Order: sequence, then C-alpha cells, then structure tokens
Amino acid sequence: MSTGTLLPTRDRPTRRPGRERLPLPMLTAALAVTLVMLVPLLFVAVVTVETGAAEAVRLIVRPRVGELLWNTARLAVGCMLCCAVLGTVAAWLVERSNLPGRKVFNVLLVAPLAIPAFVNSYGWVSLLPSAAGFLGALVIVTLSYFPFVYLPVAASLRGLDPAHEEAARSLGHGALRTFLRTVLPQLRPAILGGALLVGLHLLAEFGALQMLRYPTFTTAIYDQYQSTFNGAAANMLAGVLVLCCLVLLMAELRLRGKARYARTGSGSARPIDRIRLGRLTGPAVAGLVALSMLALGVPLFSLGYWLAVGSSSTVDTELILTSTGTSLTLGALGALVTTAAALPVAWLYVRRRGRVSTLLERITYTGSALPGIVIALALVTIAVRVTPGLYQTTSVVIVAYLILFLPRAVVNVRATLAQTPPVLEDVAHSLGAGRSATLRRVTLPLIAPGLGAGAALVFLGVVTELTATLLLAPTGTQTLATQFWNYSDSVDYGAAAPYAALMVLISAPATYLLTRAVRRESAS
Amino acid sequence: MTALTIAGVTKSYVDTPVLSGVDLHVPHGSLTAVLGPSGCGKTTLLRLIAGFADPDAGTIAFGETVVFRPGHSTKPQHRRAGYVPQEGALFPHLTVAANITFGLSRADRRDGCRVSELLDLVGLASALSGRYPHELSGGQQQRVALARALAPRPEVVLLDEPFSALDAALREGTRRAVAAALRSAGATAVLVTHDQAEALSLADQVGVMRAGRLVQLDSPAAVYTRPFDTGVASFVGEAVLMPATVSAGQAVCALGRIPVTGPDEGDLHVMIRPEQLVIHTNGDRRGVPARVREISYFGHDASVRLDLLPDGPSVVARITGTSLPALDSDVHLTLSGSAVTYPG
Repeated sequence: MSTGTLLPTRDRPTRRPGRERLPLPMLTAALAVTLVMLVPLLFVAVVTVETGAAEAVRLIVRPRVGELLWNTARLAVGCMLCCAVLGTVAAWLVERSNLPGRKVFNVLLVAPLAIPAFVNSYGWVSLLPSAAGFLGALVIVTLSYFPFVYLPVAASLRGLDPAHEEAARSLGHGALRTFLRTVLPQLRPAILGGALLVGLHLLAEFGALQMLRYPTFTTAIYDQYQSTFNGAAANMLAGVLVLCCLVLLMAELRLRGKARYARTGSGSARPIDRIRLGRLTGPAVAGLVALSMLALGVPLFSLGYWLAVGSSSTVDTELILTSTGTSLTLGALGALVTTAAALPVAWLYVRRRGRVSTLLERITYTGSALPGIVIALALVTIAVRVTPGLYQTTSVVIVAYLILFLPRAVVNVRATLAQTPPVLEDVAHSLGAGRSATLRRVTLPLIAPGLGAGAALVFLGVVTELTATLLLAPTGTQTLATQFWNYSDSVDYGAAAPYAALMVLISAPATYLLTRAVRRESAS
Repeated sequence: MTALTIAGVTKSYVDTPVLSGVDLHVPHGSLTAVLGPSGCGKTTLLRLIAGFADPDAGTIAFGETVVFRPGHSTKPQHRRAGYVPQEGALFPHLTVAANITFGLSRADRRDGCRVSELLDLVGLASALSGRYPHELSGGQQQRVALARALAPRPEVVLLDEPFSALDAALREGTRRAVAAALRSAGATAVLVTHDQAEALSLADQVGVMRAGRLVQLDSPAAVYTRPFDTGVASFVGEAVLMPATVSAGQAVCALGRIPVTGPDEGDLHVMIRPEQLVIHTNGDRRGVPARVREISYFGHDASVRLDLLPDGPSVVARITGTSLPALDSDVHLTLSGSAVTYPG
C-alpha cells in the first residue's frame, strides 16, 4: 500500500504536513464524503443509545444471538483457514513450481471472483439440494472466496527476492525447510491480509448463506427486518455484527501498518529457478483441476443446465432486458458518483499527507467494511425519519453503493496519483495554468487509468450487489441481482438462470481488472 | 525579460531555518548560477521565486513588479516565471509540441507555429514535435523542458539542477545548447546547481550559497580566483591552504617567499590553486624541494600529491597528463601567479 516513488527529491525541502495549506474546496469535498461514510456507524451508535441499556442487553443476551454468533464465528474461522491454505498452496504451485499449465491455472484460480457467491451457492443448491448447513456453507463459501488469498500471495511470491531462498539453500536447507523458514514468514502479511478480507466478506455475506439455509447475523437481520420492518431487534443484531467487523478491520489496519516493514526490494530482477515437483506433479495438477472444477465447473455447469431446461418454459425477455438496463444504469451511476467522491480523498492523502488527510482516508475503509445489510438498514431508517422525500428513491441506493465501494475507487485513484510527480503540477502553474486548469489539463489525464479502473471495479460491485439493493431499491425496480433472487428464492431455478448468466458475463472483464489492481497494489 | 531582485528573503520550515536574509540581483538578460552543496537552500530559493511557496520575510521583484512582499504574493500562475525542474518533468501524456505550447493561449496552441521556432532555439529538429516524452533521450527532454518554459515569453527562467540527471556524455552538449538558447532568447535566468564546473562555465554571475546564506556573488573568475573565504575556496575548486607570514605583498611560507594579492599583513593563511604549482624535474633546482607521494592520472591532466621536504605539509599540484614525475622521486616546486590571503 505504499505510494510509489516520485522523482528524485534531492535537495528539495520535504513537504511537511500542515505547512502547505489544505485547499478549501478539496477539504470540504473530502469531509462531506467522509461524513457519508460514517453514517452506518453513527446509525448503529445512535440506535443503541436510543434502545437503552436494559433493552439492548435483553435483545442481545439471548440464546438466539449466541447461536448466531457461534454460527458466524465457526464459519468465518473455518472459511478463513481453508482459504488461507488453499490460496497459499495454489499460489506457490503456480508461482514457484514447475507445474505444467501455470498460465491457465492462474486464470482459473482467479476466475471464481467473476461468479458472485450467491450465484455459486445457487449453482450448488439447485443441483444438490442437500448442500446446506455448516459443511455445505463452508465448502461453497470457501470456493467463492479463496481467490482473495490466492491473489495477494501470488503477487507477493512474484515480488520476493529469490536471493533469500538461494541463501537458505546454500546454508543447507532443503526445499521444504527453505519454504517454511524464509518464504512463509515473508508471505505472512499477504496471507493474513487475504484471510481478513475473506472474513470481512463472510460477515457481510447474505445471499449465499440464505440460500444454503445457514443462519448467520446477516440472514437473521434480514428476516427480522422483513417481519417487523424497523425493529430494535434487527438494529441490535446489526450492532453485534458491526462489532465483529470492527475487530477484523482493526486487525487489518494494524497488519497494513506492519506490512510495509515486511516488504523488501522491488522484486526479482531475474527469473527464478522453479522447484521441480517430480512425482508430485500428478497429484498437484489433479488437485488444482479438482479445485477449479468445484469452484468454476459446478456453478457454470449448473447455470448451463438451468438455461437449457429453463428455455423450455417461457422466458420473459422484456423483464430480462429491463432488469439488465437497470443494473447497467445503477452500475454506471454508482461508478460515476463513487469515483468522483474518491478524487478529493485520494488527492488530499497523496498530495497533503498529514494527520487529517490520513484519518479521512482511513474512515473511507471503515464505512465499507460494514455489511451491506447494516448500511441498508441505516439508510432506510434515516431516509424514513429524516428525509422522507428520499425514501424509496434511486439516490439512496446510490449512496449505499458509494459507502460500500468507495475504497475500490480510492485505492486505484491513489495509486495512479502517487505515480504522478507533484512537480508536474508546479510546472503547469508556472506556465500560467490555475488550479482548475491544472486539474483538467494535467492531473486528470494522468490519473485517467486509475479513475477508469476504479470505476470499473465499482461497476462490478454494483452489478453483483444483492443485499443493499434488495432493501433499498424503489418498489418495482428490479436489477439482475434482485430478479435472480426473487426467482431462486421461490425455487424457480430455470427462470433465475438467465439473470445469473448475465451477471457473470458482465463481471468477467471487471474481474480481470480487479486481478491487475491487486497485483499492482501488492507490488507497489 | 526583466531583471530579478531579491531582498532579505528568509524562510523556515517548522523550526529549521532554510534561508536567512538572501539578497540577489540578476541583471536583465543574464544568467546567474546559484551554487551550493545539498541542503544549502538553493532549491528552496528557486521555489520561492517561482511562487510555489512563500518566504517568511523579504521581497521578490521582477523588474518593477513586486511579486512577493509580506502580505502580498502573486500566485505562481500569474508570475510568468518559467520553471525547468530536475529531469525536465515533461507532461508524459502530451507530445513534444503540446508540451511546448502548454503555456500558450488556446488560439496560439491551435496555431502551433512557435513549436518549430522554439525547437530550433534549443537545437532540436522539428521532426521531434510529434514524439512523446518517453521517446526522447534525457538531454532532449531537458531541452524540450526549456523550450516549454520559454514559450510564453516569461519574465525570468528558473532552472533547478537541470543537468544533474544526465550522463556525462550528454551533459556537456545539453549545457551548451541550453546556455545558447537562454542567451539568444535574452532570458533572465537563475540556474541552481551543486556542480561548480557547471556554474563557472555557464554563468555570467555566480552566487555561492552556504547554510541558507548567499556568501558571495561575483563573476565566475572572481569566485574562483578570489573566493570570499577558505570555505568558498575549497567548494568552488581544489585549494592548497597553508599558514604564512605576510608583509609588503610577499608571504613567507612552506613554499618559500611567494607574492600575494590583498592588503592584509601579519600571520595569515594563503590559498593557492593546484594548477598554480609547477613541478621541476631532472635536476632543475628552482623553488622548494618536495617528494612525489601519489599520482591520480585523469588522462587530460593529473593530480599529484607531494610532501614538502624535509618535513613540510602535503600539497597537491595539477599538471598536464603528458609529463608525469616518477612516484617517490624528489622534485622542486615553484608557484606561478600569486596566492590569496585569509585571516589565520
């Protein structure tokens, strides 16, 4: 997460934080964005106070909550462990061994990201109705999320200096001991970071678990919300869930601080000697093929099957077209708004690094680490109570997308901005261009790739977003995700299939971008 | 173009003073080099002139126009100060032509007729105008950066270590081209550098900076031959320093009796340049005896370290590379020209 190098800064006074003024328009914009990001957290705090201590304790300390906590915790821990092992082993095989077909496997191991977890579990459940409960949930969610560990670990392995391994080998260590003593410690930030990301996603997962009939906080909040609309019970469950997320988020932030020390060099200058698998080649290939079959083959086969079967029944082409249009429109709007909001936050963080700008940047992560269901609950309540005119409008949905996906845009804009030397802005000023002309003629064109990548990732997120859309979209507005949900919830798998297929199709190119973004982020 | 006048400029970052009371006058159409080691504040001075940061005190004027005084600071985009940073910093998303015309009005940008004129001025072929910065060599980038700075006809041109990132092979040619372009544009220019050869060879006037102060402002020859103090003497070139007793324009020191410039008398130090020492071999016994201790051969010349005999100090002589004395041989030394005196 470092910010890359600028031009050599010899003999240049360091730009100390606070010495240069924070431009007011940028600061105001960034503050406004940050405030929006804080809405869900503030909501949880306010409703907890409103509910009162006694009532809160009564709602939280009961067997049902304990059961949900146990369900959520064992699934989160189990899934994080499985993803860590699968992701690390797969990354090592692809990056460090002489495994045949490495390029193909690299694609196959990232591709599950293009299939939303709830589509994956639809694929399994519709073929194998018994795939449910803890074990089913663990397997299916792990298959959906292990790329979150695979990607950063593979990037880390690619960036490791092979000299360390050579030194260990020359000191008499075998391949396994070398891996355990020199490689694994250096991979720890990537593995832990990936696993924590899996944990955060899992806490937020609703669709996949609901379909697998595995009750966790998200599904319980949803059911509460459906039955009582705005009960204190749902809000208190949300509060406990937020606490769980904050624990993971703190761990992630601490790790990110340390990861900087753990990183050495800027990568290997020469190709590494891959470790020969020998007799293990067969089992390794078989294992990765099996993993890809389970993670990709099953859901895709299932989709194909239901598409074929479903086409015999009537397909509502018009509904498909309108929900595709709605998804694309919401995606484009969400991407536009979110990327625009990312610009002032990223600019302040890169160009005026200081306590204020760092805090603002961090807060953008806090908001989005919260599950979509909590964000939706917060926005519904606030819309109803404070701005009734906005309730049931598209703008509330867009705000939810902003809160959920802002970090994707910030990370990308920040990275490209950091690669743009500030001296270019100085030069533009000296040539007579004012602040806005410099932004338009120099800064924006230079960070266009980052803006584009960020926008694409937000778009991907919006198209496959289910929970917040389900709760917030105006009545009668159906996206691909919600329409898919309606059908599969009523076990009409054939009718649901075209919507899932379209989501996967739209996701594929953006998934490719996500792969590149993670790679760049881990390498920088 | 106009003259540039800086008076009493002071600047601190947090509690660290970077510049204290700098006065500098750059006459209309001339090139002044500000020479100093890393961290002496010279780049800060340039950024203050450009308007990227403001001094804590003092004034900066372009001709009659005051661009900074306490309470008033003209924004950089309104100062008309052309800025050539280290490594050129061309806009990577624009072609050479678009870089050069960046500071021109929209109409002039579309017209584009100044591009070939400016490329010509900095000694580049106009065929380059369609290229992107990454397709140019470092020296070409630096010349385009100068053309870009000159295009809007700025009041002054500021160059921040413009040649330090170039290979030795490119550096000399680029320096010449840049100096020639500045002269034919009649530019009032300030060039910041830590390279004394660059400052002495390019500039009309050299300002030597040390720890945030401008300690000497003089012609290149004066800075080299009559440095303000022994510190400046050692910074702008190699210097041989030794104690001496001076009276009536003569100094008595380890080199014998030598002529000095300056009116001071008494127990002082004298400074001579290594190339002033002449080595005599083959029994030529003029001057004082010395033994050759070390020879650093550079090709075009050589630097010879000698111990004065019998137990005198060690001195360095710079001689042409064609006639080197033998190592550990005994030779004689005389001084050509005169020495400069400094308080002891």
